[in-house]
Amino acid sequence: MNEDEIFHLFSLAVASISLLLLALIFVVLVQYTFPVINKMGINYFISTSWNPVFGKEEYGILPYFLGTVLTSFIAILVGVPVSFGIALFLTEYSNKTLKNYLGTMISLLAAIPSVIYGLWGFFIFRNFILEYIERPLYHYFGGLSIFSTTPTGLDFLNGGLILAIMIIPIVSSITTEVLEQVPTEIKEGIYAIGGSRYDVVVHGSIRYSKNGIIGAILLGLGRAIGETMAVSMVIGNATGENALPKSLFSAGQTLSSLIANEFNEANPTSLHPNALIGAGLVLLIMAVIVNLSARMIVSKYKR
Amino acid sequence: MISTISLRVKKKIQNTFLFLFASLSTVIAIIPLFSIIFEVVKNGIKAINLDFFILLPGPVGESVGGIANAIQGTLILVTLASIIGIPIGVITGIYLYEYGREKKSTLISFSVDLLYDLPSIVVGIFVYIVVVSPMHSFSTIAGALALAIVMIPIIAKTTEESLTLVPSTISEAGIALGIPKWKNIIFIVLNSAKSGVLNGIILAVTRITGETAPLIMTSLGSTFWFSGINKPINSLTLLIWRYAMQPYPSAVEKAWGAAFLLLLVALALNLIVKSGGKSK
Amino acid sequence: MKRGSTTKKFLRYLLFSFLIFVYVLYLAILPSSTLVINGAGSTFVYPLISKWSSEYRKVNPSMLISYQSIGSGGGIRLFINKTVDFGASDAPLNKQQMEVAKGVIHIPETLGAVVISYNLPNVNLRINLTGEVIADIYLGKITKWSDERIAKLNPGIKMPDEKIVVIHRAEGSGTTYVFTDYLSKVSKEWYSLVGRGTSVQWPIGLGAVGSEGVASLINQVSFSIGYIELSYAMQTNMTYAAIKNQYGNFVVPVPESVEEAASSLAKSLPKGNESWENVSLVDAPGKNAYPIVSFSYLLLYNDLSTLPGMNEKKAKDLVNFLWWCIHSGQNYSLSLGYVPLPPEVVKINEESIKMIKFKGINLIGGS
Repeated sequence: MNEDEIFHLFSLAVASISLLLLALIFVVLVQYTFPVINKMGINYFISTSWNPVFGKEEYGILPYFLGTVLTSFIAILVGVPVSFGIALFLTEYSNKTLKNYLGTMISLLAAIPSVIYGLWGFFIFRNFILEYIERPLYHYFGGLSIFSTTPTGLDFLNGGLILAIMIIPIVSSITTEVLEQVPTEIKEGIYAIGGSRYDVVVHGSIRYSKNGIIGAILLGLGRAIGETMAVSMVIGNATGENALPKSLFSAGQTLSSLIANEFNEANPTSLHPNALIGAGLVLLIMAVIVNLSARMIVSKYKR
Repeated sequence: MISTISLRVKKKIQNTFLFLFASLSTVIAIIPLFSIIFEVVKNGIKAINLDFFILLPGPVGESVGGIANAIQGTLILVTLASIIGIPIGVITGIYLYEYGREKKSTLISFSVDLLYDLPSIVVGIFVYIVVVSPMHSFSTIAGALALAIVMIPIIAKTTEESLTLVPSTISEAGIALGIPKWKNIIFIVLNSAKSGVLNGIILAVTRITGETAPLIMTSLGSTFWFSGINKPINSLTLLIWRYAMQPYPSAVEKAWGAAFLLLLVALALNLIVKSGGKSK
Repeated sequence: MKRGSTTKKFLRYLLFSFLIFVYVLYLAILPSSTLVINGAGSTFVYPLISKWSSEYRKVNPSMLISYQSIGSGGGIRLFINKTVDFGASDAPLNKQQMEVAKGVIHIPETLGAVVISYNLPNVNLRINLTGEVIADIYLGKITKWSDERIAKLNPGIKMPDEKIVVIHRAEGSGTTYVFTDYLSKVSKEWYSLVGRGTSVQWPIGLGAVGSEGVASLINQVSFSIGYIELSYAMQTNMTYAAIKNQYGNFVVPVPESVEEAASSLAKSLPKGNESWENVSLVDAPGKNAYPIVSFSYLLLYNDLSTLPGMNEKKAKDLVNFLWWCIHSGQNYSLSLGYVPLPPEVVKINEESIKMIKFKGINLIGGS
């Protein structure tokens, strides 16, 4: 065996740690989830009860699953158009210097730790949306079911909007990259037949980079699903049936915030810890599916 | 005649609309950035004094003491995580670059990607089950391991990327000189990709400095100094999370102060990466 | 152009070396602690134990007590695993837990009460409530303030014809345990439908996080009702209801009425090494006893030598600290919103602390 072969084996061994870790994480999570699924059966996934009281134990993660879906949906609904606008501004309206500065600023949003978003969301942003978004909506449109709960500022809307801010850097940077790759021939072709900048963007760039943009959206979604701290500080942390999304202003819980809030509190002689680990497993599977499809789309686009 | 004019007007409106949409979006994204920085500085600066940097936290609710143990804890956790995570990450990156064509490597590259995507709280649960539970104790080392797992895929991916950017002429030149392949990779190719790899490492360090979720169930937090790697330890992020939710104004003020420090470090590290990338 | 990039490079190195400098400073100069005693558990007693830990250093400077407020459930888990030297819990160990934690001693270290707070615009008098009425409000059976059952309790007050907005804690909490323990005791229907626990399945209501969340929600929402710790209500001057006790009196939660709840039951309390599972101070018999009251417990092992890293000296220090907590330590209770233990309970605790030994060696007071 020569030096190169030894190096090969050594680097293979080290690189295999990632594979090993991943397999182990999956196996361990499944193993610890098993007892609760054994007891609850399918109800673990479709029930809304969450009751750690001894003798009445019941665990259903549906509300938190829906909470994760709803907050991520809000994040996409708000964050993606904004990100797309930023990408347009950077590619269509900025010179190199402006683009550099703006790009750096947007990317700083990604450097802010999640717990600081939470702190800001709890003390600052909460009052803002309560005063200027939730109270007016509730006052004028309280009859609509999505605005029907008395607003408190600690709810799905706040959680979703914070997530929207947090996904902007990744979605906008990938969208910018994708838009930059639109061939100039396509753009010039549209200008040549008398098209305006609007036509170029709508009929040229967007159509050409559709897949890349979808990939960017999915990556944003993946980020939103796994995010924990910021959401746990602003979403209101309801449990059980109360955590079901009844309106944008109702308090809720996501899979990850549930784990962060309850993991250390869980009674060791109950199934509570297992139920929380199961929530982690579901979270893992959701994140993996979304990110995998995102990566497939983006990488296909890049090649 | 009329139709051309109206068409021109329509186009003008469309273009204006597009411009307004793009610029408004940009402004909307920048506002939270400034608001966060402004609020963190405004509220955090009040907490900053000498005590803040050198003393242990006082009894909760009293406005005495500092957060020095949280600063110390973050530094120790990040250091230990880096000692574990950086070598593994870099070597994994080298492997993916050099032996990327092997069948085995597709599987490894796939798992590095998946590991990169894992929500960090899931990593926390995992370390809790395999380290905290058998050791019967929350510990510094458990926290560091969780952070290392978060770090590895980030470094592996950035290392691989920066190695692919090295012109093939450089590695070919080395091989032509008859240097063994491994020496060629480490001393020549890796050396030329140095700044990219370093940026990846700084990025990973920034990321784990701000991590909270995996520490909740691993390093837990503490009200004292570091007291051994098998004992719980505090961190800036844990302190922010715990103190922000206390009903006492003095605790909330310390949370803002800690956020101020953390933000300063995160932004500084980020700017180091950015300026490094540009000056090349 | 070139100079620009050199300056940038220089600044970059400067920033970098500054960070490294700070880093080395903190790692090299800051001390490490040799922890003497480790505890964890209840968030409810966190401020009190935190205060004790700092005050006790004036008594014994070498004694460092680290307390992590991770919730009662977590405290019990760490105690059973022998990860901590003592646990703290708002609920006593149940039968299963007693079996795993052989040799556990319960030491009630302070008293807390839960008050029923409300927001009724234009009502300036303190309202009266009974346990049954509170249970029915939280079950959703009484929906309006003008309900005749509430009106009957408050003859002098004109109750508004408005819907009651029910508020409860969203996350697991010892406060919820005490509150639901009380409702379970006074309402059969509550007991069978919901039960008691640190987090329960609420039939109706808005969830809020922390006492602070409940308090601010009550302030914001007219015609709402919610429950918070007495300590929090005392510090924030909230209005709260008088509640009918077993004796038939409507009692306001003040330190005296809380203390009476504990002393009225003192005779029936178990010894420290017995099961405390059935101890409940809610709906206590005293004439002026406030009905929603609870102990918070410190959990210890009767043979400290079974703990990893424990030695005789450390065990002695720990026991002396406990002795101090139930005597001088009680002086810090009131200002923090807790209620000092009545003398009868202190006496039981003295006996319990004497049961704590190290390999059979007495650690305190000889006799």
